[in-house]
Amino acid sequence: MRAVSVEEAVAMIPAGASVMVGGFMGVGTPERLLDEVVRQQKSRLSLISNDAAVPGKGVGKLFDATLVSRLTASHIGLNPKAQQQMLANQLAVDLVPQGTFVERIRAGGCGLGGVLTPTGVGTSVAEGKRQVEVNGATYLLETALRAQFALVHAFLADYLGNLTYALTARNFNPVMAMAADTVIVTAEHIVPVGVIAPDHVVTPAPLVDYLITNG
Amino acid sequence: MDAQTIIARRVARELHTGDLVNLGIGIPTLVANYVPPELKVFFQSENGLIGTGPMPEQGMAHPLLTDAGGRPISALPGACTFDSAMSFGLIRGGHVDVTVLGGLQVDAHGYLANWMIPGKMVPGMGGAMDLVSGAKRVIVAMQHAAKGKSKIVAKCTLPLTSTRPVSLVVTDMAVIAFPDGKATLMETAPGVSIAEVIAVTEAEIVIPDTVPEMKI
Repeated sequence: MRAVSVEEAVAMIPAGASVMVGGFMGVGTPERLLDEVVRQQKSRLSLISNDAAVPGKGVGKLFDATLVSRLTASHIGLNPKAQQQMLANQLAVDLVPQGTFVERIRAGGCGLGGVLTPTGVGTSVAEGKRQVEVNGATYLLETALRAQFALVHAFLADYLGNLTYALTARNFNPVMAMAADTVIVTAEHIVPVGVIAPDHVVTPAPLVDYLITNG
Repeated sequence: MDAQTIIARRVARELHTGDLVNLGIGIPTLVANYVPPELKVFFQSENGLIGTGPMPEQGMAHPLLTDAGGRPISALPGACTFDSAMSFGLIRGGHVDVTVLGGLQVDAHGYLANWMIPGKMVPGMGGAMDLVSGAKRVIVAMQHAAKGKSKIVAKCTLPLTSTRPVSLVVTDMAVIAFPDGKATLMETAPGVSIAEVIAVTEAEIVIPDTVPEMKI
């Protein structure tokens, strides 16, 4: 893990990159990183995020600045700007059931080619996908999902990069921290090593590439 | 009593002590208001919490503790938090006893459509498809008709949420179940006759010899 400024971290992300962003309706989202992505105008992003949040909050800021060209998400209904950009064909949206969304990312982070899920069988979600019979039940083969970058928000990060999360701000963050080539983390608090007890570490330090420094 | 209250009160009677319950947005959220205090139910919020409590008092909201709609909530003693893989493992894995969802259409076989209206509303399915695929019991809480049109249809014209039939539909007029894959009238709302239910139900509906009145 290397501690870097938010400007330095975001400068590493090229335009057109695939980026996973933690958070659920803007809760548990690395806001400082997103603000900097907007400031540096990183455009044509391929965003993987549970939802489109709301304008002005979380990944909603990326739609305010029209920086996203492709979105993989489970829900965009509360962000009218994302909806408008989709209907105007400025934004390609791949809607994925939320449980499938997180399992595809988990698979991507765990070295699996994909997962078999009953969710979506017989619905429009199944179109173009392989169906697999296992012990008499039908499943969809859903492929693994990875990104070049994961932007993660933790509650505590220690000096080594061990992470814990708070309440419902955990959501997709620890799963995404497994599934990207480069993992960049903001934390509410940076604390000395030892403050987070070994049993309470959720994301182990070796998964974190960059921790954003205070200030 | 208004339609939403009738529905929420009747659904609340389907819950039992020890149940792990997931409530969707809209009418389903109201169900929590009518669960008697002696009933100890665990409410799951799919963004990563079991033990969801009511909205905190003024000035007590925590920005990192919200429901799936992003609204502030509280956590009851004994609550626990987890990531989204665990949350949907609970849902898809059959660990959720009851899910209550809103609906756009339910058809004669119990198939639910509740996530999009092509060309009009494309919000995404969120967790609905996983909930209907995986929860032990799926209860739909919705108005019987919208703008004079029955929501209990012969065949769903909107995209399906799942090909697994729902367990129960509770509306402001009736309770409908699907034994043998056929919509069957189980109860009528107070003051609503069987003939009135049939008149606003597009689907063919089986009428048993006795149809009790809904207890709310």
